[in-house]
Amino acid sequence: MSKLFEYAPAPESPSIARLKPHYGIFVDGTFRAGRGEAVKTVNPATEEPLAEVAEASAADVDDAVAAARAASEPWAGLPGSVRAKYLFRIARAIQERARELAVLESLDNGKPIRESRDVDVPTAAAHFFYYAGWADKLGYAGFGPNPRPIGVAGQVIPWNFPLLMAAWKIAPALATGNTVVLKPAETTPLTAITLAEIIAECDLPPGVVNVLPGGPAVGQAIVDHPGVDKIAFTGSTAVGKMIQKSVAASGKRLSLELGGKAANIVFDDAALDQAVEGIVNGIFFNQGHVCCAGSRLLVQESIHDEFVAALHDRLATLRLGDPLDKNTDIGAINSAAQLARIRELADSGVAEGADRWSPECALPERGFWFPPTVFTGVSPATRIAREEIFGPVLSVLTFRTPGEAIEKANNTPYGLSAGIWTEKGSRILWMANRLRAGVVWANTFNRFDPTSPFGGYKESGFGREGGRHGLEAYLAH
Amino acid sequence: MPTKPAAAKTKPAGKKTAESDRVAVRKTYKLYIGGAFPRSESGRSYPVSSPDGRLLAHAAQASRKDLREAVVAARKAFGGWSRATAYNRGQILYRIAEMMEGRREQFAAEVAAADGAAIGPALAEVDAAIDRWVWYAGWTDKWAQIAGGSNPVAGPYFNFSLPEPAGVVGVIAPQDSALLAFVSVVAPALATGNSVVVVAAADKPLPAVSLSEAMATSDLPGGVLNLLTGSVSELAPWLASHRDVNCLDLTGVAPPERVALAEAAADNVKRVYAPSPADLAQGFTGEPGTARLAAFTETKTVWHPMGV
Amino acid sequence: MTATLTTGATSPAPLTELARDESALRRFLHGLPGVDQVGAEGRAAGLATRSIKTTSKAWAIDTAIRMVDLTTLEGADTAGKVRSLCAKAMRPDPADPSVPAVAAVCVYPDLVATAVQALRGSGVQIASVATAFPSGRASLPTKLVDVAEAVAAGASEIDMVIDRGAFLAGHYGEVFAEIVAVKQACGNAHLKVILETGELVTLDNVRRASWLALLAGGDFIKTSTGKVSPAATPPVALVMLQAVRDFAARTGQVRGVKLAGGIRTAKEAVRYLVMINEVAGERWLHPQTFRFGASSLLNDLLLQRHKLSTGAYDGPDYVTVD
Repeated sequence: MSKLFEYAPAPESPSIARLKPHYGIFVDGTFRAGRGEAVKTVNPATEEPLAEVAEASAADVDDAVAAARAASEPWAGLPGSVRAKYLFRIARAIQERARELAVLESLDNGKPIRESRDVDVPTAAAHFFYYAGWADKLGYAGFGPNPRPIGVAGQVIPWNFPLLMAAWKIAPALATGNTVVLKPAETTPLTAITLAEIIAECDLPPGVVNVLPGGPAVGQAIVDHPGVDKIAFTGSTAVGKMIQKSVAASGKRLSLELGGKAANIVFDDAALDQAVEGIVNGIFFNQGHVCCAGSRLLVQESIHDEFVAALHDRLATLRLGDPLDKNTDIGAINSAAQLARIRELADSGVAEGADRWSPECALPERGFWFPPTVFTGVSPATRIAREEIFGPVLSVLTFRTPGEAIEKANNTPYGLSAGIWTEKGSRILWMANRLRAGVVWANTFNRFDPTSPFGGYKESGFGREGGRHGLEAYLAH
Repeated sequence: MPTKPAAAKTKPAGKKTAESDRVAVRKTYKLYIGGAFPRSESGRSYPVSSPDGRLLAHAAQASRKDLREAVVAARKAFGGWSRATAYNRGQILYRIAEMMEGRREQFAAEVAAADGAAIGPALAEVDAAIDRWVWYAGWTDKWAQIAGGSNPVAGPYFNFSLPEPAGVVGVIAPQDSALLAFVSVVAPALATGNSVVVVAAADKPLPAVSLSEAMATSDLPGGVLNLLTGSVSELAPWLASHRDVNCLDLTGVAPPERVALAEAAADNVKRVYAPSPADLAQGFTGEPGTARLAAFTETKTVWHPMGV
Repeated sequence: MTATLTTGATSPAPLTELARDESALRRFLHGLPGVDQVGAEGRAAGLATRSIKTTSKAWAIDTAIRMVDLTTLEGADTAGKVRSLCAKAMRPDPADPSVPAVAAVCVYPDLVATAVQALRGSGVQIASVATAFPSGRASLPTKLVDVAEAVAAGASEIDMVIDRGAFLAGHYGEVFAEIVAVKQACGNAHLKVILETGELVTLDNVRRASWLALLAGGDFIKTSTGKVSPAATPPVALVMLQAVRDFAARTGQVRGVKLAGGIRTAKEAVRYLVMINEVAGERWLHPQTFRFGASSLLNDLLLQRHKLSTGAYDGPDYVTVD
C-alpha cells in the first residue's frame, strides 16, 4: 500500500448502536430475561464484552412455541393486505434505524461497517418490503388459488449475516401467514433482538414473532418441539444433516441452506480486471464467511500466472482492521473457534503441498484475525480443495477446456453456487446449464436480491429463499 | 357569476363549522404536468360543485395544448421511470401511499363534498383507495415473475420473455367516482413502469388534484403522472388521436362514445383497454386482478444460443 | 523493473510493428481484454466509499491543487481574463501563501503569449489546446499549423484532440498517424491526447483509444475537451488508469492521465486520488503523471481547505473569482 497517501482513521462511532448492558428474549410480544444461561456476547475485533444476553431455556422454548401457536390462526386469518401492512412497516422501520443496526451488526459480528451499512441492512429492509407485497397476492404465486400457511415455523440462523438471515426467514414466513420462533446464532444475537424491538414497535400482534437467543441446545429444542410444524435452518452441512435426521419421523416440513465450496471459473477471454474484482469479492467479502463464497478459483491454465499476479496486486490494496473504520475491507473472524478451524485448514494446505501467499498485513494485537490467503498449486484431492473453510482463504486450481471446468466445478458434494467469467454469452449459458449449483453468477458474484431465489443442490441443502419460489417453503402442500 | 351561499364555502356537509371568524386560505386547484402545477394555458377554469349545488372551487379547464404538453412531459419521463429498478418504483409508490395516509382527512372531506356523502363513507372510500394503492405498489417487483419466464424451446437456445412497460398511457378516469376509481385506473399503469396522462372525472376532479400534490411530494419524478381536469368530451378525442400515446384506457367513457375514440386510436395502433360495463359493475372494491397490469405491458422475448 | 517517466516518448520497441500496419494495430486493440461495464462501475462506486478525513484529506486537497490545469477555453476569452487566471494559478489564495500553485494554465493558442508573459518565472506550465479543438474536424496540415503556432508562442504542453470520426469508423491507423505527426510538431512540449470519451461511449472504446494514444507516443491520455457531456466519470477514469498501469508494466514507460470536464468539487477530486492510489499506484500521485483539467474545482478545493483549517463551513465570498 502507498505510503504517500495514507488514509487517516475514519471510525464510525460505536455509541450509535445504543448498546444496552442486558438483552433478553422476546416471547409473546414482550421482552424478558431468558431462564437459561446469561452469556456475554463479545466484539470479535477486540475481545471486549458488548452486552449480557440471558439465553432461553427449554421452558422458554415451550412458552414461545405456545405463543406462536396461539397467534397462528388469527394471524393466518387476517386478510393478506393487513399482514402486508405490518411487513411494510417493519421494512420502513429498518430503513429508519439503518445506521444504528449497521453499527450494532459490525460490533457483534466483526464485519466491516461498509458491508453492514451497504449490504446487510439495506438488503434486510428490501426483503421485508418484497415479501410484504406478496402477502395479499398469494393466489397469483403459482401455488393454487388459495394457498394456506403451514403453521408455526421454527427457524435457526447462522452468525455470518445475523440481521439479513433473520429477514430472510421472518419475512416470507409472515407474509404467507405463519408464525415464527427464531433462534439467532449464539455469537451474534444483538441485531435479531433489536429487530424484535422494531417488530414490537410496529405493533405486530404478540406471538407472531418470537426471538430466543441461545446455543445449540435451544436450537435442538426448537427442532424437536412437537408444537413446531416447519423447520428452516441455515448453517453448516454437518448440523443440517443432524436436523434432517431429527425431523425424519416427525412429518415436519424442512428447508435447509447449508455449506458450499463454490467454483469461480475464469476463462482466458474474461474481462480480466472485472474478473479479478469478482474473485476478490467472491472469497474475501464478509471475510469469506459466506456459504456461497467463491472459495475455489478455477482459472484457465493459459492465463494462470498473469491472473494470479493481478490477484496478488489487487489483494495488496485490501485493508484489514477495525470493523468500525469506514475504510476497512476485511474485518474480524467471528469467534476464536472459527479462527482455529481456519488456521487448521490453512495449515493442512501447506502440509498437503500447496503454495501459500498472503499480502503484507499487520494483524491487530487483540481480536480474532486472519489475513487474506491464496493457495496456488492446489490439487483437487486436498482438504483445502474439498472442505469448506468459511474464511478468507482461496484455493487456486486450473483447467484447460470448458468440459474440464464443469467436471471439476461439479466434483463436490456441495452445490450452492458457481461463478463464470467470460465475455462469450453462449459459453455462459452452456456452462450455466451444466453447473450443478443453485445460484450461478456470470461476470459478477455475491449478488443478492429479495426477488432472486437462493439455495443449493446436493449437500448444500434444499429449498429456496427469495423470489416467488421462496414462498413455497412456507405454504401447505 | 355563481352566487356564493352564505355559509363557509369549502366546508362539506356534516362537518361542524368552526366558531372562530377565521378566514380560510382557499386552495387553487391546478393541473399537474411535468411535476409542476400550472394553470391551463387557455386561462380557463370551471366551477366544481357538490351534488346539492354548493360551489366547492374552480378547477383548471385543460385545453388540447395542455394535453399536448402533458404527453411531451410523459414521454420525457418515461425513459427514467421505466429504467428505474422495480424496487425503486415500489418504494416511490409506497411513499405516495404514506403521503395519502397523511392527508386522509383532507381526502375524506373532498370526497364527501364531491359525493354529497357523510364523512364516514368518505373515509371508508379513502381507506380503500390507499389500500388499493399499496396493493399495486407491491406488484412492481413481482409482475415480471408472473408475466415473464423462460421458455423451453426445442433447440440449444436460452429463451426468456420479459414484460416491459408500453410507454405513455392515456387514461380517461371514471366520471362518477372522485378518488377510488381514479386510483384504480392510474396505479396499475404506474406500477408496470408506464407514464400516464389522465383526464379526471369532470365533475369530481378535486381529490385527484390533491393526489397529484401527494405525488409531487413523494419522489415521483415529474412527468410520470400528468393530470388534466376539464371537459372530457373536449379532451378525449385529442388523447385518443395523439400519436405519441401508446395505450388508451377508456374506462371512464360510456360505451356509445367509445367507438369514435377507439377508431381514432387505430391511427397509431394504440393498445386500447375498454372494460365492459359488466366488468365495471362490481365497482372498484374487492381484489383488482391483473388485467390492468397486463393491459399496458409489452412482452419481449429474447433468444441466445448455448454453446462453448 | 524500474519505470521511467518519459517526455518525448515514442512507441516502445516490441510494439513498433503496430505503427506500420493498421490491421496489426486493430488486432492488438481488439485483443485487449474487454471491460465489463457493470463490474467497472461497481468497482468505481466501491472506491468512492473510502472516507478520507483529517490529515489524509489535507494532503489530498493540496495534492489536488498541485494537479490542476487551470483552464479557460471560451470564445469570449481576452488577455485580461487570461492574466487574472494566471495570477490565480500562481497564488490561488491571496490571503494564504501556504496554498500551493497549480500545475498549469490551459488556454487557446492565440492567448499563449499572454500567459507566457504573466507566468514568467513562476514554474506554472502553459498548456495550449490545439488541432482544431474541440471538434478536431480540420485537415491534418491545418491542425499541425495550430500546434506549431502554440509551441512557437511558448506553450510547454499541448492538449490535442483525436479524430473521433476516424476512430469510430475503425480507421485506427489514421488516428495513430495523426498523433505521431502532432507529437513531432510538439518538439520539446509534452503532448496530451484528448480521447473525448463521451463520444467514444463504451468502456471498451476507452480502453482501445487509450492504448492507441499511448502506443502512438502521447505523454498523457486525457478524457475530454470539456465541451461534451458526459466528460470525466469514475468508470472512464478507472479504465484509463488501468491502461497506463498496464502500459507501464509492459514497456517500463510511465505515461500520465488527465481528467477534464465535469469535476467541480473537492470531494470528486479526492475520490479520483483514491482511485489512482488503489488502481494505478503511487507513481501517478504526482502532477507529472496526473492532472485535473478544471476551472471551478480550484475554488471548491480552497473552500474545503479553509474548512479543514478553521473548522467552519465557508462561502463563495471567501474565494476569488478569477
